[in-house]
Amino acid sequence: MPTKIEKDAVTGKETTGHEWDGIKELNTPLPKWWLYILYATIAWSVVWAILYPSFPGLSGHWRGTTGWTQRTAIAEQMRAVDAERAPMLERIRSAGLEELRRDPDLLQYAMAGGRVAFADNCAACHGAGGEGRPGGFPSLADDSWIWGGTLEDIHTTILHGIRNTQDPDARMSMMPAYGQILSRQEIDDVAEHVLSFTGRSTNAESAARGATIYADQCVACHGEKGEGVREQGGPALNDAIWLYGGSKREITAQIANPRMGVMPPWQGRLDEATIRMLTVYVHTLGGGE
Amino acid sequence: MRMDRPVKATEAPASPAPTSLYAARVKVYPARVQGRFRNFKWAFLVFALAVYYVLPWLRWHRPGDAPDQFLLIDLAGRRFYLGPIEVWPQEIYLVTFLLIFSAIALFLVTSLFGRVWCGFACPQTVWTDLYMWVERRIEGDRNARMKLDQGPRNGVYWAKKVSKHAIWLAIAAATGGSFVLYVQDAPTAVREIVTGQAGAWTYSFVGILTFTTYALAGWAREQVCTYMCPWPRFQAAMLDTQSLVVTYRAWRGEPRGKHKQGESWEGHGDCVDCRQCVNVCPTGIDIRDGQQLECIGCGLCIDACDAIMDKVGRPRGLIALDTLADIQACERAVAHLAPGPKRVEVAEAAHTPIKVIRPRTMIYAGVLGLVGLIMLGALAIRDTTELSVLRDRAPLFVTLADGSVRNSYTLKIIEKRHDDRTLTLRVDGLPGATLAGLAADEAPGPAIPLSVRPGSVATHRVHVFARTGAALPESTPVTFRLLEPDGREAARHDSVFLAPRR
Repeated sequence: MPTKIEKDAVTGKETTGHEWDGIKELNTPLPKWWLYILYATIAWSVVWAILYPSFPGLSGHWRGTTGWTQRTAIAEQMRAVDAERAPMLERIRSAGLEELRRDPDLLQYAMAGGRVAFADNCAACHGAGGEGRPGGFPSLADDSWIWGGTLEDIHTTILHGIRNTQDPDARMSMMPAYGQILSRQEIDDVAEHVLSFTGRSTNAESAARGATIYADQCVACHGEKGEGVREQGGPALNDAIWLYGGSKREITAQIANPRMGVMPPWQGRLDEATIRMLTVYVHTLGGGE
Repeated sequence: MRMDRPVKATEAPASPAPTSLYAARVKVYPARVQGRFRNFKWAFLVFALAVYYVLPWLRWHRPGDAPDQFLLIDLAGRRFYLGPIEVWPQEIYLVTFLLIFSAIALFLVTSLFGRVWCGFACPQTVWTDLYMWVERRIEGDRNARMKLDQGPRNGVYWAKKVSKHAIWLAIAAATGGSFVLYVQDAPTAVREIVTGQAGAWTYSFVGILTFTTYALAGWAREQVCTYMCPWPRFQAAMLDTQSLVVTYRAWRGEPRGKHKQGESWEGHGDCVDCRQCVNVCPTGIDIRDGQQLECIGCGLCIDACDAIMDKVGRPRGLIALDTLADIQACERAVAHLAPGPKRVEVAEAAHTPIKVIRPRTMIYAGVLGLVGLIMLGALAIRDTTELSVLRDRAPLFVTLADGSVRNSYTLKIIEKRHDDRTLTLRVDGLPGATLAGLAADEAPGPAIPLSVRPGSVATHRVHVFARTGAALPESTPVTFRLLEPDGREAARHDSVFLAPRR
């Protein structure tokens, strides 16, 4: 209920001219600068609404005179990043693998790019630092390679993968399940012989029996002295690296019912430059030949 | 020592009604003045502005990619350049020392000479003075300005006001523009700013500093010193009775009053109450009220009063740069005399010399010297080559085919100098160990060459192979040592070599 504006006796200020149950209020307006900032923000919001996507309509929405959207903005940024990277990636694509390793600039770039690609694509199985995981995911940091550790070998393995069905050029090796071929005793003997490669055999008699079976069944892939045959993808049995464990029990299990890991082909999933960067990165993890 | 304003009789009785704490600003119209202090103030103003505007343009040749600017706070490159000195981010404590040094130097100067910082050197004072000069050139001196402000808002009024503010804004823009030259290469930055190619940050900072310069030197002026600046509030702690302060010699000036030429000075103070000291004061105070927070110690009132004293034929120095101890000594010496010229003669003999050497100044000087020595020492003995070693954590160690153990490390070699050279890396604590870098065709050996990146950080991954068959504990402390070509140790870093649990 508006009443008349009065002057308050105590403060000398005017009242708002409203009265509620005998209660009157002093008129203390917002500071002017505050008010002007409010008006400025209102004016700005109108400008904003015209320039940028704002009001919903019946079919779609007001797109703003600038045509700006977050999607086009990010796409533009991505294009800019790609354009910036393009010359270096082109050099990496066209350079030989060996050249990639020798040119300090290319090497540094490839290492950085390879580290990121490795973390995204490889670390799940091979570990963040290429240390491998128990249960058949080989370490890429040691100097024992099943399929070879030169740049070319690593490149081929990444391109085509191992024992997969997607890529006809995938590296392929298959160890028969000797549990269905050999007797328990024979398998035990072969395991004893395998242990003898690393000087751990405890039963010379059994190992000698195993040597005969080994010569028949295993030599083609694992080599005469268990040194492994890379062309066949047969791992070395005479070193300290065991993909599925090096105890007699684990060796026996692997002979009877072998497990064999699968790696997908990365050709087609990753572009050639990334695969080359990954190759160099894996090569530098410690075991590169 | 009382630094507050003596309570005037008119202010004394406390009003019973609650009074507002708000005081509207009374605009200050400082009058033009000439004299020693004014000349010194002009000279220092020219010097200070010259330093500010010229410094970013001084060149200093540095080798390699390093910028050729004498003083550059290279934010993008994370370096601070000052002539031959190049400070890296981890040495920022040197800059901290510089700030501490400056602060204590300010304390020392204040305890000796009073508020010379406020009166002459503070940017607020320098730019305000420059703005007042512009104002005076356009609108005229004190009386003309007052008349203009009270007069009609006609064409002349607006022409003067618009041209004044335009020049103020131009000065402000030059100030803001110059500031960003300290963090970028000056010629490039100016070209970019003028052609509109500089970044948003550059323009923002130029804009912000243009605004602050214009607002603080043009509009806020003495209010900055009185209400915003903390320094006047705590600098009283540096002052004592032996510090030089701008002060009115009340023993000589009182009783003040008009004096006709030819009249005797007997029974009359030297102050003729001309109010010149008030008119020229840039903060608009009356120095005759005693020591005040608002006084910035610029001494312009001394110049004004000296000119009047010359005119009325009395000796100079009614307002003077004096110590409070001297004031009190003179006051005691002349207390028994009636006001008049005799007092000046007696006081002449009673003056006490300034005690420059006193515990306060000695402590400040001592601390100043100590900080300076520490700063120089830290600068002189800082390492030019540093090594840090990051152990690979995944994997912690690698077992190789022959059963031996390898650990891998990432080495960062910080090289602050700008000469390209190759250092030798060795590792101590692991007999028979061999090292290998990533370089192709390099056989592992007990020592490997590592190149530095001049003026930058080189990163190398290094593999350390323990001797085959070595019985190693789980953790072996090792020390990486970088050796100069002449065999001297350039840097070292401790780490550990891990092996599997046996």
